[in-house]
This record gives sequence, structure tokens and C-alpha cells, in this order.
Amino acid sequence: MSTNPSKKFKNPMVNWIEYRLPIFSFLDNSLGSNYPTPKNLNYFWNFGSLAGITLGIMLVSGIVLAMHYTAHVDYAFDSVERIMRDVNYGWLIRYIHMNGGSMFFIVVYIHIFRGLYYGSYHAPRELLWMLGVFILLAMMATAFMGYVLPWGQMSFWGATVITNLFSAIPLVGDAIVTWLWGGFSVDNATLNRFFSLHYLMPFVIVGLVVLHIWALHVHSSNNPIGIDAKTEQDTLPFHPYYTVKDLYGLGVFLICYAFFVFYAPNFFGEPDNYIEANPLVTPAHIVPEWYFLPFYAILRAFTADFFLFAYTPISWIMSAKLAGVIAMFASILLLLLMPWLDGSNVKSSKFRPLYAMFFWIFLLNCVVLGIVGGKPAEGTWLYIGQFTTTYYFAHLLVIVPLVSRLEQPKTPPESISAAVTSTAQG
Amino acid sequence: MRNILQKHLNLYFALAVVVFSFGAADSMAGGKAPKPPKQEWSFDGMFGTFDKAAAQRGFQVYQEVCAGCHSLRQIDFRHLAGIGYTEEQIKAFAAESEVTDGPDDEGEMFERSGIPADPLPSPFANDQAAAASNNGKVPPDLSLMNKARIGGADYVYALLTGYTDPPSGIEVPEGGSYNTYYPGHIIAMAAPLSDEGVEYQDGTKATVAQQANDVVTFLAWTAEPEMERRKSMGLKVLIFLFIFTALLYRVKKVVWKGAKLR
Amino acid sequence: MSDTNKSAEDGEEEEKTRRDFLFTTTAVVGAVGVAATAWPFIDQMNPAADTLALSSTEVDLEPIEEGQSITVVWRGKPVFIRHRSSEEIEKARADDDANLPHPESDAERAKNPKWLIMVGVCTHLGCIPLGNKSGEIKGEYGGWFCPCHGSHYDMSGRIRKGPAPTNLPVPEYTFLSGSRVKIG
Repeated sequence: MSTNPSKKFKNPMVNWIEYRLPIFSFLDNSLGSNYPTPKNLNYFWNFGSLAGITLGIMLVSGIVLAMHYTAHVDYAFDSVERIMRDVNYGWLIRYIHMNGGSMFFIVVYIHIFRGLYYGSYHAPRELLWMLGVFILLAMMATAFMGYVLPWGQMSFWGATVITNLFSAIPLVGDAIVTWLWGGFSVDNATLNRFFSLHYLMPFVIVGLVVLHIWALHVHSSNNPIGIDAKTEQDTLPFHPYYTVKDLYGLGVFLICYAFFVFYAPNFFGEPDNYIEANPLVTPAHIVPEWYFLPFYAILRAFTADFFLFAYTPISWIMSAKLAGVIAMFASILLLLLMPWLDGSNVKSSKFRPLYAMFFWIFLLNCVVLGIVGGKPAEGTWLYIGQFTTTYYFAHLLVIVPLVSRLEQPKTPPESISAAVTSTAQG
Repeated sequence: MRNILQKHLNLYFALAVVVFSFGAADSMAGGKAPKPPKQEWSFDGMFGTFDKAAAQRGFQVYQEVCAGCHSLRQIDFRHLAGIGYTEEQIKAFAAESEVTDGPDDEGEMFERSGIPADPLPSPFANDQAAAASNNGKVPPDLSLMNKARIGGADYVYALLTGYTDPPSGIEVPEGGSYNTYYPGHIIAMAAPLSDEGVEYQDGTKATVAQQANDVVTFLAWTAEPEMERRKSMGLKVLIFLFIFTALLYRVKKVVWKGAKLR
Repeated sequence: MSDTNKSAEDGEEEEKTRRDFLFTTTAVVGAVGVAATAWPFIDQMNPAADTLALSSTEVDLEPIEEGQSITVVWRGKPVFIRHRSSEEIEKARADDDANLPHPESDAERAKNPKWLIMVGVCTHLGCIPLGNKSGEIKGEYGGWFCPCHGSHYDMSGRIRKGPAPTNLPVPEYTFLSGSRVKIG
């Protein structure tokens, strides 16, 4: 009772609530003058809040779609078409949700590569980074199950191929696949559980996002020079500075999003998914949604004659199929170790030219992996896929640890305010 | 050290170029069927709308030519208002169809004439019946055809007009036809359209190209009946967002002016 | 000196006004955007086009003989259609002056006195009254009887005895050409 709580805010109503539920000081601590943010953040720092907003859009549109969707193999496809044709604004809401998935991944991938470039995973933000990786995994699971729901040809065959991955697990693989399916193929039971879990997972993501933001607010954002704020000179209150900046970014983002929703709603989709699922006819080639393509390429790179498989002891203990599955999951899980793989004591790649160059090669490598993932796994494509897969792991396991420890970084500025002043002068 | 890395980088870019050129080559060789030529459609572009007269003629082509084998499951008679038919016309179309309804009080199914809320009748009771009557191949439902094929409207048009005699040396099996644009070229559907195959009510000369154009316009509507609303709403939304974003940009500038003074 | 100070103050004042105007405009435009976006998400819960298409139903009255009733389903509810005999019409009209809990004349309830069309849902708690099929109990007033809590309706579907507060509701309907009626 040292300070009178009823004097904290000007508005007496606010004080009345604050005394009973300190929600206003909570908000002030997370957004207001009590949450100092580095003043030199560039526009790449917009993508965190954009991801949060996209998650909100996906939740709202998804809950609405669930009001009209029927999770049954006989009705799912038609119920989606009924949404498109008969439900008031159903086409709008469905296209918002469908394209929202792609928008979400675009935003999150930019967010991740920003973190990689500026070394945002460095101490003391390791857990913040790791929570982000778990969010990515949860998003992938959600997106995969959501894609099954319209019950088109790609839904069905995508689900069949991906669930079959688990059959690579020794001894219990087949039992696990049967358990996942709830039957002996992807069928009604599978569709129902995917719908249930697709509805559940976003709330798990919300929980992870809360932890992610909580961890963020302990040490505040990283920034382009990677030197943490030391004095008040280095910071700005989040509100109004970053709220308006984020809102402006949101406007630009919504323009892109709206363009796809209204003028190219099926740009990210596959024509085959407008054919109802048919367990007896496989489409000419099965491709996952674009955001899975790099990982799909890694999965398929592991053939019996791939040197990473053929000439290493791996081949004594597992099949090429299992190696591919493990590599695919490892390619994401390895990101968890970034804070320790990168041994540099300078965070930002701005002061590490060599490391920065490898960053760009890695980014290009991921793009090539994505292209390969969309092509049939044969001939030259297979070799390119195997080369880029090797490079993906080489980057994370060899290049990052070595370059980060061997390269002599340039000296970063003393502080954020020093950096800002010098750029203003220069 | 730096030099070696630069080389590595160059090599990588070269590789990327190779990848992309392979991609181009791949789409030429792998697809076999040539890319369908681009046609002019009334529904193209940001301001595209359905040519209602063409769509109505296309509905006539569908009914007289396609409906013998192909269903249009997603379309109810009432939907036809979307291509400009009046309520009376729609009632008349619906009344021509027989619908099995029931059961009645005695537990018997009975026949009644169709109402606007009924779906267009399907030619076959189920896929098995459809396959049995068509050499084992189920004629696909046409509701979403324009969305369900790579190339969309252009592909469907090219397919309908792409029947030719097979090039020498290519054997067309019994019950198949040769089509330039069908993947693999051998298609189970015989050429469906012929000159003057339908007699248009509005007097338009019914060439194969005209019929193909009309039925593709009709199918563009069945695939995306929301398209006109979507595009006009999209324009309003984009104009709004541009204005709002411009305002937010000003706000951001003004607020951050304060930050520079701190 | 003081002059320049003053004009500087004026300039600041002017800029503040301009700034406030910009902020208000942006907030208003944003609010309009949010409201407009909300509408599709609200409207999607209204009846969809396929539901609305079934909101009216057409019935052919030809096969219903005098003194017979049929039940048709309209908007998920039973609708009673009775082809009344002239005695029944007279009886219903005679009761116009009776002590009615919910006074309505028979002429108001049956545009064409031969045809009584009404929603067959008891106005008490939503049970389906008996009396539309031959052989069913018709209640004390010879019309319909709700077995749930004993509401008696007369030959015009008016509540005469029992807990139901109002008469059986008459849906909107129009007679089309010939013997067809459109309900809804």
C-alpha cells in the first residue's frame, strides 16, 4: 500500500478496474511507455506483428467456415462448394482463409530469415527463438491437416503420402499409420480427426505465441546492429512509435493479401484440388502446398544411391526412406540449435560480411530446394535436390559453426544511439 | 579466401540459371501436349464480367450436347439467375425435369416435376453406372472444370476444338479419339461439337468455335459464380486500402518526426 | 523578437491542428474499414441462398377433396391445409362472435373460405396438434387438439380452450393460377 493505486491513471473508471484487475498497467508494460523498444528497428521487424494479425484472421475466418463445413467424406467437398456458392459471403471468407494460409507462411518465413540474418537467436533470446521454431512446427501440422478438409484430389493424396511417411519408422511404423488413419486408408475417420485437430491446433499456436511474446518482452527486441539498448537514448516506447509503424506495414500487407483474395484467389492452389477425392485415381504428380516444397525436396533427396545415404554408416541401420523422413524433420529441428551453432559474439550479419554472404547463399539454396520440391523427383532434378539438401545441412552443421568462430567481425558501434547518429551524419 | 568464396557464389548462381532453364525445358518436354493458346474471354482481367448471352447459349450447348454424359452437380436451377435468366424461365427449365422425392406417407418414393431449388439432373445415378455406359471411364462432373485443369478456360476451349486426325504412325485405340491438347493425346470422349450441332435460339451461327466459346463461358460461370461480385468488391477494397495505407503512412511520418526530436 | 516567437507559436498551433485532423481522419477511416469487414462475418450466419430458395413452397390443391386435410413441410415446420366443407365454413363463421381468447374473424384467417392454411405448431409449447388426419382426435370444438397440454382449436384454427395463448398462425400465402398456392 505504499502507493495509492487509485491515483495511477487519470480516468477514474480505468482506476476502478485497475485496482481490481491490473490490466491497464499490464498493457502499459507491454505496449506503452513502460515497454522500451530499440529505436533503430527496420521494416523487417514488422513481420512479427503481421504474423500475429494473420493468425487472428485465420482464427476468425476458420471458426466461421467451421459453421458451414461438413467433415464427412460424402459431403466435405460439396459443403465447401456450398460455402463458395450459397453461404452469404462464403466465397470471400473461404478465399480469405485459403490465401491466409499462404500469407501466414510468407510472413513467418520472412520473420525467420530476418532472425537468422540479424542473429536474433543469440543469448539471451535462445528460448524466444526456440519457441518460434515450435510455432513453425505447429503451423505446419495445422496447415497440412487444413489442406485435407476440402477433400479434393490433392487433399486426399497429400494426406496419403504424408501419413505414409510414418510407415518408415522401424517395427511400429505400420501400426502408427493405421492408428493415424483410424482405418486401412485415409478415409472418413481420418478426415474427422484432422478436422478436430485442425480446429484445436491454432489455439495451441496462440498459447505458444503468448509464450513467444512473453519471452520477447523480457529482453525486448533484437535490432539491426545487435547491440542491446543501454540507455533511454537507445529506445522508444512501443506505443505510439511502433504501433503506427506496424499499422502502416499492415496496410501494405493487406493490399497484397486483398489482391490475391479478389484477383488471384487460386494462385497458390492446385487445380487438382477442385476435383473431388477419388481413392482409385492418383493425380499425375502430387505436390504439397508451396510452403512445404523445400522440405518435400529434402524428403525425396534420400534415394539408395545418394552419397549422404550410401556412403555413410546410416545405410547400415536404416532404409533410405527412413533417412529421408528423419532428414526432413531434422532440417527444421536443427534450427533449434542455432543459438549454439553460431558461436560468434557479434549478432548482426551487418558486421560479419563472410557470414552474411553465406546467409544469402543459404536463402538461395532454400529457394532452389523449393523449386526442386515442385518437380518430379527424377533425372537432373533429383541431383539438384540432393546437392541442395547436402548444402542445407552443410550450412547449418559446418559453415555456421566454422565461419562464426573463424571470421573476425567488424567492430559494431558502441550503442544504438551512436549508430543512429553516425548514419544520420554519414 | 574471399576469392574462393566469390567463385563459390558464382558457381551457385550458374547452378540457379541451369535450374531455371531446366524448368523451362521440362515444361516443354514433360507435358507432351502443347500449351493451349491464349483466348480473349469476357471474364478476363480486373473488370471482367460474364458475357451473359454467350453463357446462355453455352447452357443450351451443355443441355443439348454435354448433359447426356456429364453432370453439373453443383448447379441448382435457381443458380441460373446468375447468367440472366428470369424467375419464370428458371421455373420452366426446372419443371421439365423429373425428380424422385419421398418417401410419402405410405413410405413410397414418388416422381414430381422439378422446382428451382432442385439441382440440375445428372445423367447417371452413380459413378459405376456412368463408367459402365462409357467404356469404363467416368465422364467428369463439369461444375468446376475451368478451375480443375491447368490452363483453365483456355485449356477447355483448346480441348473442345483440338480434335484432329492422328499424325501418321500413331495408333488410336478402339473407342478413343486423338486430341492435340489432351495430355497423352488419346481421349475417351469423342469430338462432342459439330458445326450446326445445336440450333441457337438467338440465331447465332453455331460453328464449333462458337459453341466451344459459349460453353466455356458457361462453365467459367459454373466454376466461379461469385466472380463478378468478387472483382467489383475487390476494386472497392483495394481503393479503400490504398487510401487507408496512405493515411497511415502520413501518420507514421508525423509521429516519427517526434522521435527524431527526442 | 516577441513577434517571431508568436508566429512560431502560431505555426506550432497550426501544425498541431493539422496533425489532430490527420489522426482523426485515419481513425475514422480505420473504423469504417473494420465495420465494413465485420459485416460479411455477421451476414454469413443469416440463411444461405439454398435455405432461402426453400423459404417458399408451392402446393397443388387439386387432389385435396372437400373435408380432407393434408400436411406439407414448409421452412421445417408442418403446415396444415384443409379443404373445408360449407358446413365447416358456416360453423367457423358462427363462432366469430363467441368468446375467443384471441379474437380473429374467420374471414381474416382464410382469404378463400374453402381453404384454411395454417402452421400446425401449437402456440403453447410447440407440439404438433392432432386432427389433421382422419380418425385423429379433433378436440371439443371439432378442429384440432394438442395432446401435450390439452389445447382445443376450432374449425378456423382458433384457440378455444387450454393453455395455448394464441390461434394457430396463418403463414403468408398467395393463390397462383389454377389450383396452386404458394406458401411463404
